[in-house]
Amino acid sequence: MSGATVAQPADSAPIYHKAGSLRRERRRALIGAYIALAVFVVFFLTPPFHMLMTSLKSSAEIADLSGNPWIVSRPTLENYWALLSQGSYLTHFVNSVMVTVCVVAITMVISTFAAFALARMRFWGSTALATGVFLTYLVPETLLFIPLFQTIGGLGMYNNLWAMVLLYPTLTVPFCTWIMIGYFSSIPKELDEAALIDGANHFQMLWKIFIPVALPGILAATIFAFTVSWAQFLYPLAFLVSSDQMVLTVGIISDLIRGDTFQWGMIMAGALMAALPPLLVYAFLMDYYIAGLTAGATKG
Amino acid sequence: MAQVSLRKIVKEYEGGVQAVKGVDLEIEDHEFVVLVGPSGCGKSTTLRMIAGLEEITAGDIAIGGRVVNDIPPRDRDIAMVFQNYALYPHMSVYENMGFGLTLRKFPKDEIRRRVENAARILDIGNLLDRKPKALSGGQRQRVAMGRAIVRDPKVFLFDEPLSNLDAKLRVQMRTEIKKVHQTVRTTTVYVTHDQVEAMTLADRVVVMNHGVIEQVGPPQDLYHHPTTRFVAGFIGSPAMNFIPARLEQGSGALRLALPDNIALPVPPERTQRYTPYVGRDLLLGIRPEHLTEVKATGKQNIATFEAAPEVVEPMGMETLIHFWIQGAEICAKLDPAVPAEPGRKMTLAVDLNQMHLIDPDSGRVL
Repeated sequence: MSGATVAQPADSAPIYHKAGSLRRERRRALIGAYIALAVFVVFFLTPPFHMLMTSLKSSAEIADLSGNPWIVSRPTLENYWALLSQGSYLTHFVNSVMVTVCVVAITMVISTFAAFALARMRFWGSTALATGVFLTYLVPETLLFIPLFQTIGGLGMYNNLWAMVLLYPTLTVPFCTWIMIGYFSSIPKELDEAALIDGANHFQMLWKIFIPVALPGILAATIFAFTVSWAQFLYPLAFLVSSDQMVLTVGIISDLIRGDTFQWGMIMAGALMAALPPLLVYAFLMDYYIAGLTAGATKG
Repeated sequence: MAQVSLRKIVKEYEGGVQAVKGVDLEIEDHEFVVLVGPSGCGKSTTLRMIAGLEEITAGDIAIGGRVVNDIPPRDRDIAMVFQNYALYPHMSVYENMGFGLTLRKFPKDEIRRRVENAARILDIGNLLDRKPKALSGGQRQRVAMGRAIVRDPKVFLFDEPLSNLDAKLRVQMRTEIKKVHQTVRTTTVYVTHDQVEAMTLADRVVVMNHGVIEQVGPPQDLYHHPTTRFVAGFIGSPAMNFIPARLEQGSGALRLALPDNIALPVPPERTQRYTPYVGRDLLLGIRPEHLTEVKATGKQNIATFEAAPEVVEPMGMETLIHFWIQGAEICAKLDPAVPAEPGRKMTLAVDLNQMHLIDPDSGRVL
């Protein structure tokens, strides 16, 4: 007995030592993490910072090669004013908003119904169909826009803003459906069965149970549809020619680049303002977005 | 309230697997019937067919005299409690309980009255504003029961409702369920794999195995008069011992010859019943509680033999001992005051009035 008690202090010394080394290890890991994050932040924030600096410079200062590109000597908002006071930038902005709102709405309605059907209402070929939906997402738009050109031309919608509302969902619906299939599948089957017994039909089940329960997943899909639609470049470049029909992405380059004259200050100001709406949407929905993506990832 | 009739119910899955093979069962109005059996015996499938969550391959199900084979779950006037509670996570307890009534367009004050009444029965009145994630397992199970009660359906269906709870809570909720049934008297079909739950709750227990009903009867009946080896072994805890035995004609009376030269006299009142089986190799079924230390009880038909326990398990209110007779593990239940040690021989008494003889080929109790 006494031998055992005497032995204890001798045994406990290495334990304290170990605890100390654990703390040290954690500190090292933290320092490593901070360094990695700092590199990451510098790398990704450099372009926007450069854009901001350039947008605050006058054309003369931008053209002055002797100045430092990272520092503004005489900051001015003239680029912003010029963009906002001449009509076409605002037209493009409004066009982008209209197209995006319509595309997000259409996408969410179609993919919510599609995902519910594919995830829950088992029918012949539903698994193959679900895979097929995802495969269509893998076809690159650079291949698709050639046949689509004929389709849009046949519909008489060439150089028509609303053609974008038809085209973008071909990119957004497959992916959004795919994320939501994963999310809907993670909802326990007993929940539908309880709803069926409680007296719900399939539409009520979707509306009152699935949509509220899968809201994080639906928001993740919404953000995706919004981003794709807001940032889409190839289709508007191919299908829109007149300035009044253009959306921001192509409007900025077609109006502010004349031949080989680049109006850098206004281009940067325009791009920064165009980045604001996604930034706001992300900031508000970020928590949901992450929750949605991880749920889809592990259970899909 | 209603009776439930199952007539030759068959469930066959794709690929020809038969989960339920022609089940016949009449459940009376107000009755509490428990379907019990090992996993894969078809009990849950049977319940889900009554609920309308599984299609019936053949046969008829009638609730309150109306055949419901092709009627969707919402029109069968049933309520179901699931193993994982299946509460709607985005709704409060109140909304969860009232959801079925809201869908059926009940007036708001009627919903309130019914939810509050059910909450009072289940003692969850203070939880009505909470979301399910803020509740403990037992509370969730109460809410799930509340959701069933407010609907005032013809039939309650329970699908292993206590399996997710810890042992103590399970016993508590078991009493709760029985109390609720005594209050509302709704016809109830309850599925469990736990024979103790089945015995304590049921008016009648239905023991299922391999998609067929082995035996139906009140709990005491199944305990004392099992008709098959499966039921004999399934009902009762610890399980009944099965010892290979040969029925022999002794001088004037029948006797059972067990391995290790143990011979037990068959009680005279059973002689007639067992005579046709003389010379056959049978199984002696005896429950641990009927295989015990020798007491000065004066009971008749007590036979004794010697055995040395290999494992001794003190349980507090009783002591279980295990020994082996030619490969057959045998368990006996002793008074805790009786000294029992592994390896030390002791005399055990068998209450032969409680024995069962089983035909090992057919599995029937003789």
